[in-house]
Amino acid sequence: MTGISHAHSVVQPSPLSQRVAGAIVILYAVITMVPLAWIFLTGFKSGPDSIAYPPKVLFTPSAEGYCNLFTTRSRQAPEYIAQLPPASGVCDAFARTNNMVVAGPSNYPPRFVNSLIIAFGSTALSIVLGVTAAYAFSRFKVPAKEDLLFFILSTRMMPPIAVAIPIYLMYRDVGLSDTRLGMILLYTAVNVSLAVWLLKGFIDEIPREYEEAALVDGYTRLQAFFKVVLPQATTGIVATAIFCLIFAWNEYAFAVLLTSGEAQTAPPFIPIIIGEGGQDWPAVAAGSTLFLLPILVFTVLLRKHLLRGITFGALRK
Amino acid sequence: MMNAPDPYVLLDKAAQATPEPLARRVRGLSDRAIAWLFIAPTIVLLLAINIFPLLWTIWLSFTNFRANRPNATVVGVGIDNYVSVLTDPDVWAAMQATAHFLFWTILLQTMLGFTLAYLIDRRFRGHGFWTTVILIPMMLSPAVVGNFWAFLYQPQIGLFNYAVSFLTGIPASSFEMIGSVKLAPWSIIIVDTWMWTPYVMLICLAGLRSIPGYLYEAAEVDRASPWRQFWSITLPMALPFIMLAVLFRGIENFKMFDMVNLLTSGGPGSTTEVASITLKREAFEKWRTGYSSAFAIVLFVTVFGLANIYVKALNRVKNR
Repeated sequence: MTGISHAHSVVQPSPLSQRVAGAIVILYAVITMVPLAWIFLTGFKSGPDSIAYPPKVLFTPSAEGYCNLFTTRSRQAPEYIAQLPPASGVCDAFARTNNMVVAGPSNYPPRFVNSLIIAFGSTALSIVLGVTAAYAFSRFKVPAKEDLLFFILSTRMMPPIAVAIPIYLMYRDVGLSDTRLGMILLYTAVNVSLAVWLLKGFIDEIPREYEEAALVDGYTRLQAFFKVVLPQATTGIVATAIFCLIFAWNEYAFAVLLTSGEAQTAPPFIPIIIGEGGQDWPAVAAGSTLFLLPILVFTVLLRKHLLRGITFGALRK
Repeated sequence: MMNAPDPYVLLDKAAQATPEPLARRVRGLSDRAIAWLFIAPTIVLLLAINIFPLLWTIWLSFTNFRANRPNATVVGVGIDNYVSVLTDPDVWAAMQATAHFLFWTILLQTMLGFTLAYLIDRRFRGHGFWTTVILIPMMLSPAVVGNFWAFLYQPQIGLFNYAVSFLTGIPASSFEMIGSVKLAPWSIIIVDTWMWTPYVMLICLAGLRSIPGYLYEAAEVDRASPWRQFWSITLPMALPFIMLAVLFRGIENFKMFDMVNLLTSGGPGSTTEVASITLKREAFEKWRTGYSSAFAIVLFVTVFGLANIYVKALNRVKNR
């Protein structure tokens, strides 16, 4: 027997208590998923079905939400529509049944692309800055190391709206407002604190002996860093990168205050998808579904490192 | 003494005797140069995008500057902005709304999160899978979440009202979560709890798993009841973890903006106007830049001060 390495090795929970615990947890998990399932379903509903009471669980699926998400439409007189050539696609046909014609693509795809560029750009930059700084903090004597590390962390305590005022002014002066570069720099500044703290934890765990052996073999410090430390830290780098990616992907406060067109990301855009007479809920639901889906995948990939990520490396399993 | 050199002095001498070119070959760039080369870019970025704006905010907070009138003459107003922030009844109302939100979200999330962690730690079959499912809400975009909960909360037709009326028999059209002064503060508490209970759960779970099994074995030998074991082993051992989770949630929820902005945007009236929403209204709708800068500094000092006091308490619990 391996002894005390297993918590509760002797005091196993009884099968009955396990079953009860399992039932309660599964019930909670199912309830907690209902809102998400509802959004997913609403994306496939027609307008009237989406606001029916009592709420409809069974309905005929419709592409209306996704069509409205990706197109803009204009209302036309029935006579005008009647003399048009046959509809060119599903969405066009849809629009015509509502006395509308497709006027062009919507702004959703460019906003989504902005989200991608800004999220990946700031993540790449955060990782480059983070991994080098983390290595230096992990391996070298740095004056006032603890203070510097705390300073890096404390930049996270500022409410985003509070820094948004001067950043708004600063970006306006240097021409960075509503640019992707501006958002990439901003998100990097927010994410780099997380990157440094997480990566320092990961690099601390790599035995120094590996590098020292490489140094003895004639590598320089930099070579040892690139050829020994970085490959060893791959898992940590990937996990950290996903955390940075998720933050940048989800960020709203800076995005809504500092971008309006050119560089606007999806989170400030999705809530303003408006149909005739208020929010177009199927389209909003479709947009939300597409936007949340990548995060679902990342959560599954990250599940082993989540604890470390959400506590800035303070807790590890 | 002089005749008996200790081995360390000898080692030092040997190191000094290493030929300089060899030493350089081993080291390349000096470690110190690399350290600065590696740290400087991060520090420069943070100085440019965090510290410089912070200093600017401090400067603005002593002026009457308005960002929508960049050409008007800027006049120093001393501590007037701070005086008006601290005597503004709207600010105190916002602080109360924030405190109400903080208190209930932290209480509910801690209780639910700890209970869930405790149950998951029974290690029933499939607990890994269900843990991952439970974690999903906290990874999502708060803005998108706030927006689609507005849909679930739709008066009369929303799924939330339907579920409540299905379970309790209260007619679905008899109440409005977002529209009513009484219920709106609870609408944001419910969404925040839905979203962030998994966070507390995950940290508590780490705490429970860190408790060494031999403590329970010893307790069994002493015939301590499960109740007793819970109160004198499980809870005290998990307490530092619970407190850490509360710290992180506290800081985050003090800054809360995105979810609330999309769900209620502070309304109805200003019943759910938490501090960040007030700040946004002052800074970006009324354009009182000097005043809102002072407010921002007050908020920052408050978070920072409270967090520091709390960390001291946390360390005392840890070292007990």
